[in-house]
Amino acid sequence: MNAKGRVHKFGDNVDTDVIIPARYLNTASHKELAAHCMEDIDAQFVSKVQEGDIMVAEKNFGCGSSREHAPIAIKASGISCVIASTFARIFYRNAINIGLPILECDEAAKEIKDGDTVSVNFDTGVITDETTGKTYQAEPFPEFIQNIIQKGGLINSIL
Amino acid sequence: MGMTMSQKILAAHAGLDEVKAGQLINAQLDMVLGNDVTSPVAINVFEENGATAVFDNTKIAMIMDHFTPNKDIKAATLVKQTRAFANRYDIKNFMDVGMMGIEHALLPEKGLVGPGCLCIGADSHTCTYGALGAFSTGVGSTDMAAGMISGKAWFKVPSAIRFNLVGKPKGYVSGKDVILHIIGMIGVDGALYKSMEFTGEGIQYLNMDDRLCIANMAIEAGAKNGIFPVDDITREYCSGRYQGTPVEYTADEDAVYDETYTIDLGEIRPTVAFPHLPENTKTVDEIGENEVKIDQCVIGSCTNGRISDLRAAAEIFKGKKIAKGVRCIIIPGTQSIWLQAMHEGLFDIFVEAGAVVSTPTCGPCLGGHMGILAAGEKAVSTTNRNFVGRMGHVDSEVYLASPAVAAASAVAGYIVDPEKVM
Repeated sequence: MNAKGRVHKFGDNVDTDVIIPARYLNTASHKELAAHCMEDIDAQFVSKVQEGDIMVAEKNFGCGSSREHAPIAIKASGISCVIASTFARIFYRNAINIGLPILECDEAAKEIKDGDTVSVNFDTGVITDETTGKTYQAEPFPEFIQNIIQKGGLINSIL
Repeated sequence: MGMTMSQKILAAHAGLDEVKAGQLINAQLDMVLGNDVTSPVAINVFEENGATAVFDNTKIAMIMDHFTPNKDIKAATLVKQTRAFANRYDIKNFMDVGMMGIEHALLPEKGLVGPGCLCIGADSHTCTYGALGAFSTGVGSTDMAAGMISGKAWFKVPSAIRFNLVGKPKGYVSGKDVILHIIGMIGVDGALYKSMEFTGEGIQYLNMDDRLCIANMAIEAGAKNGIFPVDDITREYCSGRYQGTPVEYTADEDAVYDETYTIDLGEIRPTVAFPHLPENTKTVDEIGENEVKIDQCVIGSCTNGRISDLRAAAEIFKGKKIAKGVRCIIIPGTQSIWLQAMHEGLFDIFVEAGAVVSTPTCGPCLGGHMGILAAGEKAVSTTNRNFVGRMGHVDSEVYLASPAVAAASAVAGYIVDPEKVM
C-alpha cells in the first residue's frame, strides 16, 4: 500500500479541538465532520485539500479529547496519511482503529515543508519528499498493530 | 524486576503474573464508558459490524452529559439514538437527564469504579478514576464498541513517572494548583504514553476531590493514566459505595520508573494556565493587577465540579459581589452534589453574589453550550483545557485555575490571588 500527495504542514501540539471543534460534535456524519476539518487552525484547509494529500505535523499531534471524530474528519477530508514526530496516544489508537494510516518520523516531520509532494510506502515505512528528493525511514508498527491494520481495523480483528 | 501499580492492575486483568513496559496485552475490562458525543459513534460501529450482544450489560455506562439537557436538534438526535440502544440491550448504567451528572464526577460517586478495577472510557478524562487506585484510561469510540462486544481491550503496558509528593499545601492551594504546577513543569507531552503515579506522605493532605482533580488532568500531560495508591481516604470514600470488590495494588519496592520528581506541596502557589496550552502556567504572584481582565468565570466540570470545589468558591463569594461586567456560571457535577450544595446553603451565596447555577453538564468546558465566548472575550475557568476555540470563538481565551482563584477573579474582575480579596 502506498500514498502520494501534496503536504499540508502543521506545528506542535495540534489538538483535537482545532482538528474538529466541539461545536460540530452534534453529528456523527463523516461528511459533515470533514466539512469543518482543521477549521480553527486553518480556515482554508477544506477548500485546499485534495484527495490523497498528506498531513505532516510535529510533536504530540492529536492531543486533548478522545473524540474519534478527529481522525474521522481527517480521513473523510481526503487525507491519505498523517506523518508526525509523535502522536498523542488516544489519537494514535483511534487512527489505527479506523484505518487512517499514520507514521512517526521526527526527521521527516521537521524537514518536510508545506506544499511539498511526498510519497509513502507503508510496507517499508519509507517516506520520500519528491520535491527535495530526500528519503526518511519511519518507525515500523509492532506486529500486533500491523495485524489490526491488515485486518482492516480493530472490529474486524476481534469479530 | 518490580512492577508499578498500573502494571500490576494490567497484569491481573490479562491473567499474567508479570508484565513489562512496552508489552502488548489483551485485558479484561470491569467498566466500559461512553457519553452522548462518543457513544453514538461507538453504536454505529457496533451495528455496522453486525454485533448483536454486549458482553455484560452491568459493565457498560452511557452518561448523557456533554450537550444535555439537549442544546439543539442534532444533539437531541444523538441522545435519542443512544437511549434506543440502551433500551434494546438493557444497559443498566444509561444515565439520562434527571439521573445523569458529569461522567467523571458520577462514576466514582455511584461506585461504578473503585480500587483495582480496569476501566476504559470514550472520553479522554476517564483517567480521573486513578484517584481511587484504578487503572483507567481514555480511548476512542471504536475501542468502546470493541469493549462493549468483547469485554476486552488491547493495551501497550506503560512505563511510569513517579511524583513523590511531600509537605502540606498552604492557604488556598488545592489539587488543581498541584496538577497545573506539574503540567507546567513537564509540559503537555511530558508523560506521553506513560503512567503518572502520585505517591508520598503529602497525599494524606489531598482529599478525594483533590485527587480526582489531579488524576483527571493526567491526560493534559499526555499520560495514559494517573494513579494514586489506596489509603484510608480512598477506603473511606469507597466504603458502602463501590459496587465491585476493591483490590488494593501497591507498587513493588523495586518498580522501575523513568523519572522521579519530588514536589513539596508546601511550596506550590495558586497557579493559572494561560492560553492556549495547559503547560503555560504562572503563579498568581507572577500575574499583575488588572493584567488579565475577565468577561466570564466558569466553576464546574469533571475537573472541579465537586462539593469541595463549590465550598471553596462559596467561601470566597460569601458576602461579596461579582464584579460588574463578569458573568459567573456555576455547574455542580452531579445531581447529588447539586442537592448537597443546595442544602448547605451554597446556592444562596452564589446567587446573592450575582452568579447563576446550572444543572450538571459539561456545557461550556468544551464550547458546547451554557456559556460560549464571543471573539475577544476571556474566561477564567476551573475546567481542564484552554486550547484555541475551546470555549467558543476561535479568538476567545480560557485561563485555567482552581475554584478559589476563579471565584476571587470573578469578584475582582481580573485574575487575582484569593488572599487579595479575602
